[in-house]
Order: sequence, then C-alpha cells, then structure tokens
Amino acid sequence: MHYLMGVRIDESVLPYSDEEMEESYARVGAVNDEMKAAGVWVFGGGLRPSDSATVVRVENGRTAMTDGPFAETKEQLGGFYVIEVDDLDAALAWAEKCAEACRVPIEVRPFDGIA
Amino acid sequence: MHVADLTDVYRAEYGRCVATLTRLLGDIGLAEEAVQDAFATAVRAWEEEPPRNPGAWIVTTARHRALDRLRRESTRESRHAQALLLQTPDEPEEVGPVRDDQLRLIFTCCHPALSPLAQTALTLRLLGGLEVPEIARAYLVPEATISQRIVRAKKKIRDAGIPYRVPGAAELPDRLDPVLTVLYLVFNEGYTSTTGELVRTDLCREAVRLARALADLMPDEPEVLGLLALLLLTEARRPARVGPSGELVVLAEQDRSRWDPELIAEGHALVRRCLRRGRPGPYQLQAAINAVHTDGPATDWTQVLALYDQLLEHVPTPIVALNRAVAVAEVHGPAAALAAVDALEIPGYHLLPATRADLLARLGRPADAVAAYTEAIALATNDTERAFLETRRARLADTPGETPAPTG
Repeated sequence: MHYLMGVRIDESVLPYSDEEMEESYARVGAVNDEMKAAGVWVFGGGLRPSDSATVVRVENGRTAMTDGPFAETKEQLGGFYVIEVDDLDAALAWAEKCAEACRVPIEVRPFDGIA
Repeated sequence: MHVADLTDVYRAEYGRCVATLTRLLGDIGLAEEAVQDAFATAVRAWEEEPPRNPGAWIVTTARHRALDRLRRESTRESRHAQALLLQTPDEPEEVGPVRDDQLRLIFTCCHPALSPLAQTALTLRLLGGLEVPEIARAYLVPEATISQRIVRAKKKIRDAGIPYRVPGAAELPDRLDPVLTVLYLVFNEGYTSTTGELVRTDLCREAVRLARALADLMPDEPEVLGLLALLLLTEARRPARVGPSGELVVLAEQDRSRWDPELIAEGHALVRRCLRRGRPGPYQLQAAINAVHTDGPATDWTQVLALYDQLLEHVPTPIVALNRAVAVAEVHGPAAALAAVDALEIPGYHLLPATRADLLARLGRPADAVAAYTEAIALATNDTERAFLETRRARLADTPGETPAPTG
C-alpha cells in the first residue's frame, strides 16, 4: 500500500538557526537513505513556508486565485513523503523514525489510489 | 435446539468464528455478515438436531454463505476475497488455527491507531459477541456513539491497512499494553459497574475468558499471566463481596469460606510462575497483592505495603498512591496514612474522600469523617457503593470511633 507521511510544523517557531537546520538535514537525510535502501521510498521533499502558497479555485468557469495556504493555521504542512509498504504497521514504523529525525509530528494517511 | 441454547452457542462461538472468517476473507465486515448469516441459518437447521461441533458448523456455513454472496457481487474487493476463500480448503478441524485467529484479531482490535473507546467496543463486539446496546450500557455512552465508533474503526482497519497479525517480538511490548488495558477495563467495568447494580457478571466472565485465551497463547509473557492472575483472584472473591440484601461487604468483613478456592489456587499458581520469571510489571504486582490478600486467614499488610512500594515505582499515579495509603494505615497507623492521602489530588474520584473519611474516623475525628463521607457519597455513581458509604456515615453518627478500611 501507498502511504502519505505529512510533516506537521509549527511555523510560528520558525526560523531555526543555521546550525539547527544543518543538524536536522543530516538526521533526515540519514532516514531518507534508509528508506531508499529498504525499497519503500516513492517520493518526498520539504516545502517552502506556507506564505509561499497560492490557492486556485475555478467556479462557474472563472478562475480565482488567493494568496496563502488553504487555512491560516499555526500548524502547516512542512513537507511530505510517499512510501510503499505492506501495511499500516510498516508505515508507522517509518513514521516513528521520521518523527524522531524531524522532531515534529508526522501524520500517516493511506492513499485511496495511485494514478 | 432451544433459542436459549443457541444464544449460549452464539456468545461462546461468535468471536472465534468471526476471527477465523476474518482470516479467510481478509475483511472484518464481510466476516461478521457471513457469521450472522450462518447463525440465522442455524436457527432453522438446528431445530431437529444440533451439530456435534456448532463452531465448526458455523464456520463452514459462513464460508459457503460468503462465497455465494461474493459471487453475486463482482467488485474488485469481492474478487480478491473470493480468491482468498478458494485458496484455503475446508477446515473441518478448527482447533489449531482458530486460537491464533482470535489472538490476531485481539491485536487488530486493540491497535494503537484506534481510539481507546473504539478498541474496547470493538473487542467486546467482535471477540465477546456483545451487542451494541450492551456495550453502550456498560460504558454509559449512547448506542449511536458506540455503533458509530465500531463502524469507523472497522473502516479504518480496512482503509488504513491495519494488519491481522500478532506483532513481532520487537513491537510486542508496546502492542501488548493496549490489549491488556482493554481486558482490564472490561473486567473492572463488570466488577464495579459505573451505574446501578454492583457487578455485571457477563463482562467479568468475558474478560476472564479472553485473558485466559491470551495467557494460553502467550505463556511466556509474564504480564499476560499477571493480568490473568489478577482477574482470577479478584473474581474469586466476588461471591463474598455482596451481602444477603445486596450490600457491599469490605474485604476485612468478607466470609472467606465463600471465596472460590479453585480460582484462588489457579491465581496463586500463576503468581508463583510470575515470581520465578523475575520480570515484575504492574499487573503481576497487583496480582501479587491480591495473592497476599487471599493467602491464609488474614492479610499480611507488611508484605502488601512492600508490593505497593514496588507498584508505585512502576505506576506512579495518585490512585496507586491512594491504595498504598490504605496499607500504610495498617502497618504504620492512620495518622501516617492520612498525611499521605492529604498530599493527593484525584478530582472526581469518590474513593479519595472515602479513604480519608475512614482514616479520620479511626483517628477519633468523627465530624471531619462525616464531612468526608458526604463528599464521597456525592461523587459515587454506583448505587451499591453509595449505599455502603451512607451506612458507614450513619454508623459513625451513632458510635463515633473505629471503622474498618473501605476496600473491596
């Protein structure tokens, strides 16, 4: 099964110092390598802060764009992984490693289908 | 076969059959439908002559019913389930795998990705065969909430890919915890139900049955044995815990000849087995405390206190500290115990003021004791317990002085 692992970050505590960022990159990079070696890695990456987001809506044939994310909440999606594993237990085990490396909560959600 | 007998078969076999069908079909919802279909068929088919092995009959019939149903539907899931069913031949002897199926299902029902209420409700429904209204009554929750939780949990198990398997050795410690918690909660709810009558024997019996099955399947896990011992030693005292007019009888005043000697012997043997392993845990320690209470004509409180000291290290909660204080009163006197109790805060818990009341009475402070009993009575939700506290308070008003410890 495919699972999305969403990294939830509290943007109000950003930015981290350069040193903190580098340590974090090293930890996350190690887990990423482990996922690739285990053959579960599909895709993943970190996102720019949510103020870089744009929401696009098409209503009655007219396109409207708004600046910013869907919802202006403190907790935003900071990045995500897509992994392919046998079951939820396997996905949760990887999420545990990622949460430890990122030091933030990870939301694990199954895909309904993959195009 | 009478309807009453069929109800007994249903209660005894439902969980086992659903567990087996879940393995065969790979889906809890389909498994439940098939088992219910089979029981509906049994009502008519068993009128003349019931089968020798009702469980095996239900499993075979449910399997055929599921296959019929799946052939009529032709979704991707149903083709997958059909393939699974056809791969596995008829299993007339449902002895070996059945028990493993139940164990697998317990771990699925108590998966940490499900909410605690959903874990309990699902375990009682699927493994205990209890109906939604029974579960709702036991947990003081509207029926709609329970059925919604069960439906949502089953959907999550399917959609999120929660597996049907016993976790491996590495994950087991974390995964066993919620299973033991659920069985403990089910038993406790039965032993002192949240409202109305004191004991719900059906819940107690179900918890003991499931704990026995778990201990059977995992004889090397000391906490599993500890939980079973704890439940057995508590269950053994049940007949003596309620007096002739339905009133609560405290441990010190119980007629020990009414305790169940077989359950006590079994519980003691389990505690000894745990001691030999030398890997104590919260359930084993609570079982050991109950073993001391049920050993010989009177409780050895020094030993109880030593065990509570150990338990408090494992589970540093105010409730454990409160129970420990009761032992402190017996070993070091009520003044030392009162000091320990006064340091605790457990909002809404009636046994805190009830324990204080008892200690105050023993210290010769009847007015303070009456006030504490009044506070406890206001918080108690179980009728029998409330009546017990009212009796204690009234007795105090008559003869100010000594009252025994309010432990059941």
